[in-house]
Parts: sequence; C-alpha cells; structure tokens
Amino acid sequence: MAKTNRTILICSGKGGVGKTTLTANLGIALANSGASTAVLDADFGLRNLDLLLGLENRIIYTAQDVLDNNCRLDQALVRHKQEPNLALLPAGDPRMLDWMKPDDMKKISNLLSEKFDYVLIDCPAGVEDGFKNALAASKEAIVVTNPELSAVRDADRVVGILNTCDIDPIQLVINRVRPTMMANQEMLSVEDVTSILSLPLLGIVLEDEQVIISTNRGEPLTLSGKKSPASKCYSNISQRIRGEDVPVIDPNKESKSLKDKFLKLMQTKIF
Amino acid sequence: MTLRDLINKLLGRETASANTARERLQLVLAHDRVDMSSLSTDLLDKMRNEILNVVAKYVEIDFDEVAVSLETEDRMTALVANLPIKRTISGEIKFKNIEKTNK
Repeated sequence: MAKTNRTILICSGKGGVGKTTLTANLGIALANSGASTAVLDADFGLRNLDLLLGLENRIIYTAQDVLDNNCRLDQALVRHKQEPNLALLPAGDPRMLDWMKPDDMKKISNLLSEKFDYVLIDCPAGVEDGFKNALAASKEAIVVTNPELSAVRDADRVVGILNTCDIDPIQLVINRVRPTMMANQEMLSVEDVTSILSLPLLGIVLEDEQVIISTNRGEPLTLSGKKSPASKCYSNISQRIRGEDVPVIDPNKESKSLKDKFLKLMQTKIF
Repeated sequence: MTLRDLINKLLGRETASANTARERLQLVLAHDRVDMSSLSTDLLDKMRNEILNVVAKYVEIDFDEVAVSLETEDRMTALVANLPIKRTISGEIKFKNIEKTNK
C-alpha cells in the first residue's frame, strides 16, 4: 500500500477549545485504522498531549534532544502500548520557545513524515511565534472551535494567517456542540459557525462528560471503543480525514426527545 | 424569521441569544478582517490622494463627492473608489464613473 504521508496542523487560536483532546483522539483513531501515525506536541510552553495519551511517565527524550542531536528520532518517540501504530514526539521544555525557528519545525516534521502516514501537529494557543513555528511544516490544517463568540473570533484570526501561508485545505471541527441548546437557539448553530468562518466542515464533536473521565484516566475515548457520543464523533472525523465518504454527524438527529422535536419545529423558517 | 422568533415578538420577549451572538460576531469579524488587511487609515488616505492625483491628470473630479473605502465580504477585501467626474479635460461631457479594483 502506498504511504499516505500527510502532515496536518491542529489549531484554534483560543486556548481550551479542545485541540489537544482532538489530536489525541484522532491519533488513536487513525492508528487504529491501520495507518502509522505520529502526534507531535508543538506546544512547548504548556505541553499536555503526553498526559491525555497517558504517556507522561514514559518520556525520556524530547523533540529538543532530537534537534540537538542528543538522541535519534527513534529514541525520542514514545510508542503507545495499546495502540502500537501511534507514537508521540514530546515537546521540549519552555526554553525552547526562545531559540526554536520555523526551520527546526520543518526538520522535525520531515523526519516524522518519512516514517509515518499521518503526522498530527498539536499547536499552541495564540497567534504569536509559537503558532507560526508550528505551522511552518504543514500543508493542511484543521481549525477547532466552539460555538462561542470568542472561540469563533479567534479561529477567524487563525484562518486569516493560515490563508497567507498557503495552507490548503483548511477544514473546520466544531467542538462541544450541545444539540438541545442549539435547538433552543441559545447557541450558535453549526451552520452559523461554518458560514461565518466560510470553511468546509470536517466534523462536529458533541459535548460529552466522558471526555473529562477519559482525560482523568489518560485513555482517549477512541481507545476504549466505548460508544459515547464524543467517541462516535471522533471516529467519524478520522474516517473523513482518511477520505471515506461518511456524512458529518447531524446534531439535530442526536437530540431525540419529544421536547427537542418540538423545539426543532419552532425553528422552522416561516418567512 | 423562525416560528420561535414570531412567537417571541408577539409576546414581547427577547430574541434568542444565538441571534444576538451571530449579529455581534458578524460585526466584530468585519472589523477584524479589515484590520488584518494591514491598511491603516493613514495609508488609505495616502493611497486615496495618489489615486486622485493620477485621475485628476486626465479628468476633472468633483472632489467633494469622492469616496474611497475598503469593503470586506467573505474574507475578500475590495478597494472601492467612487470618483464623480465633472468633465474631461478636452470636452464638457458630464458623466459619472465608478472604478472598482479587487485586492
């Protein structure tokens, strides 16, 4: 089988919208489908990807050591025990922020893309140097946002920057979707966010308590195979990344109670 | 307008917050996107004067009616210049010219 060889940037602008959680879950889901996958923590200031994957105790070397020639790439990569197709390249310490240049990122990401089908880069929040370094090696990007004003606004800034860096395609993931609030029109709808940002929608992720529980355990939802709402959404997104022709999960269909149906009726456009 | 909006209006209730959010977001983004096109008011003024000077070489412009602005829609920013012409240098013909340049 031909190697896929895709480097995908996962970014959001605003912090706390779910970049790292998405990276961890997509990493596991893609690896689970048989593709060799690497996740690179490009958030040198506040690294967390290791925690979400439950790999924090197995880190010996980091991306910094690879760049300094203190070790080989193989030595720095942390293989996931339950999902051996997935490897994490941990971020170095925050001092790296001072000297890291876009060329360093290109070097690391070239090393990774020689070995892996998918390289997912978990971006730092913000639109400053850390973000600009992180995007240097990517040809495509996933922008994560929440259906909230500040998150969408920050996502728009990020899209503006990505557009000037020849990154294409840029696809959208809307995280923490609450179908009932959307039906109530007390939350920006999926259509609102998609049309305001004018990006193609890669997928949505439903609000789900299981995300917090799985983070506590350091076992991404897609790993356990449990059928929770968010887990289904992550799998749906990974299928769509691999080019499978599956429809985006529709939040309207996820709220099935009679009250929700009534609320949906109230949304009918009359003029 | 949705069925819900209509009922809210009839009952004199506030509109749903998602509508408010959408409107506020659209406004703030229109502003952000112009900022990002990195043309400050000073630069825009300078450019406006240079454009006017060039056009004024060939035709007589009604300076009081001149309007030059940046308009942003769906991430595309356009420079829109409306330069009403009083007469050409050679003739007395009265006409109105709208010049559009895509950025």
